[in-house]
Amino acid sequence: MLDIRNLAKSFGGVKATNDVTLDFPDGSLTAVIGPNGAGKSTFFNLITGALKPDSGQVLLDGVDLAGRSPPEIVRHGIGRAFQVASIFKSLTVQETMLAAVSADQRTSAVLHKRFPLPETRDRAEHVMELLGLAGKRHRTAATLSHGDQKLLDIALALVLEPKVLLLDEPTAGMGPEERWRMIDKVRELWESQKITVVFIEHDMDIVFKIAPKIVVLCYGRILATGTPDEIRNNSAVIDAYLGTEHAGAAA
Amino acid sequence: MTELEAGRAQTLVPARGGAALHRYRDVLIALIAFAVLASLPLFTGSKALLDFVIRCSAYGLFATSLNLLVGYTGLTSFGHGMFFGLGAYSFGLIMQRLGVPIPVAFVATLVVTAIVAAIIGAICVRLKEIYFAFVTLAFQMLIHSTILSWASFTGGDQGLRGGIPRPVFLGIDLSNHVHLYVTSCALLILGLLAMRQIAQSPFGYTLRMIRDNAARASFLGIDVWRAKLTVFVLAALFAAMGGMVMALFVSGAYPEFAYWTISGEAIFINMLGGVSTFLGPMVGTVLLLLLNDTVTRFTEYHGIVLGIVILFFALGLRKGLLDFVAEWYAHRRETGEGR
Repeated sequence: MLDIRNLAKSFGGVKATNDVTLDFPDGSLTAVIGPNGAGKSTFFNLITGALKPDSGQVLLDGVDLAGRSPPEIVRHGIGRAFQVASIFKSLTVQETMLAAVSADQRTSAVLHKRFPLPETRDRAEHVMELLGLAGKRHRTAATLSHGDQKLLDIALALVLEPKVLLLDEPTAGMGPEERWRMIDKVRELWESQKITVVFIEHDMDIVFKIAPKIVVLCYGRILATGTPDEIRNNSAVIDAYLGTEHAGAAA
Repeated sequence: MTELEAGRAQTLVPARGGAALHRYRDVLIALIAFAVLASLPLFTGSKALLDFVIRCSAYGLFATSLNLLVGYTGLTSFGHGMFFGLGAYSFGLIMQRLGVPIPVAFVATLVVTAIVAAIIGAICVRLKEIYFAFVTLAFQMLIHSTILSWASFTGGDQGLRGGIPRPVFLGIDLSNHVHLYVTSCALLILGLLAMRQIAQSPFGYTLRMIRDNAARASFLGIDVWRAKLTVFVLAALFAAMGGMVMALFVSGAYPEFAYWTISGEAIFINMLGGVSTFLGPMVGTVLLLLLNDTVTRFTEYHGIVLGIVILFFALGLRKGLLDFVAEWYAHRRETGEGR
């Protein structure tokens, strides 16, 4: 499905992504963890075209997407949601969904018909239901709660019916209970939509509980990959990541 | 669950036919507006009033087209007036030099404007915010200087003199004041209807997305640059239409039509009327022209008065007049529903 080969990106002398090779099989759910500055977001930015990699390949079903523009990559089927909810603040939830479907159906430049086009309705409706936003369809995005804005951001990615969904910290800025609700939602989406999901997460409890596979990044390199048990018992991970965080928490 | 389903049924049923219904409503409003405007000469012999409406048509088309950029796309152009001037000059020159029928010159002017706007837009829309504003202003000054210095072709600072020939076409004689009036009204209404359609089309919503969050729009697969360029060219066409109405009205074209102050006036109009509603700039146009006409009658320092008015709107209301009315109405409806 999604195959990352020898991906590299430097900012000045800093190797933000250093020779990363990873394979995300069809229908997998993977968590990417790592300390601050480990290159997690950069890794997502390279895959989605927000940044151009210095070298390496991003293969989706064998097609190399490295260095292409975000619209092209989205059209190939890699959708993403952002760490800080990236939404359209003056549009209502429903308008946002309908306009996104329009973009995906390549009717976003149509001038002679009225918005919304009838053929965009079912998909928009489906995703609003899926994320529990249907009851808030007429709310302007800016007036939604933080959690709902994050859901709307995910809905925007999901409504494009991606093959791969990248979620950059879906639980960022949320309280403990809200976090669990969000991550249950993510897991539910993964199970029901049968798509490949990769998400970045800071909360270890969440990661170990729901992710079948975990990738640990550190200083732009892959430190370890494996199941939660393997990661938990990996000495390099404990030293580099869990160790420092625990030390930080103790201090 | 039942409550949810009931809610869905409520929202979906009117929404399905809603889009088409809105379009018919807009066309109906346009027809009524045109009927009212066109029948005005039957009730009044006042030439000044008809002249006022013709000027409103020219400025209204121009200011509303700027709102497509400023209000809908978030592109604040300081040089939009170049297309107003370009429209007036192209139309005047084509009529004077080629002697073609008026509809031919009209279409030819739109073609010229589209080409020029595509070239200038291709350079400008890559830029953001203040850089976009100032590069559009620079292009406007370039066009203005060209008009001034290419005197053999454009008449230089004297403008296009000798009048624009207005041969009769389809029984319409634009040298007849009433014919010119009705034609101006028709162009205004058709132009507004077309711009309304653009604003309410899927493309119009693409523009809103770009205004709110261009980066996110590109992650939905939208080519932001192409969409911005498209709206830049479309807005230029309607500005040129306004310029042509103006050229027909004064039977000439003057360098002031392409000067930066004309762009300033359009921005002023948008601030007065408001950019959050489609008709805001139209309301602003009427306000500005009324203000201009009354204030200049009383004092030669009309700039001071207009300056105070704009300060009042910018600092006092912090929005345009129609924004204010729309918000008040929405608020009233909300509290009404709450009761």
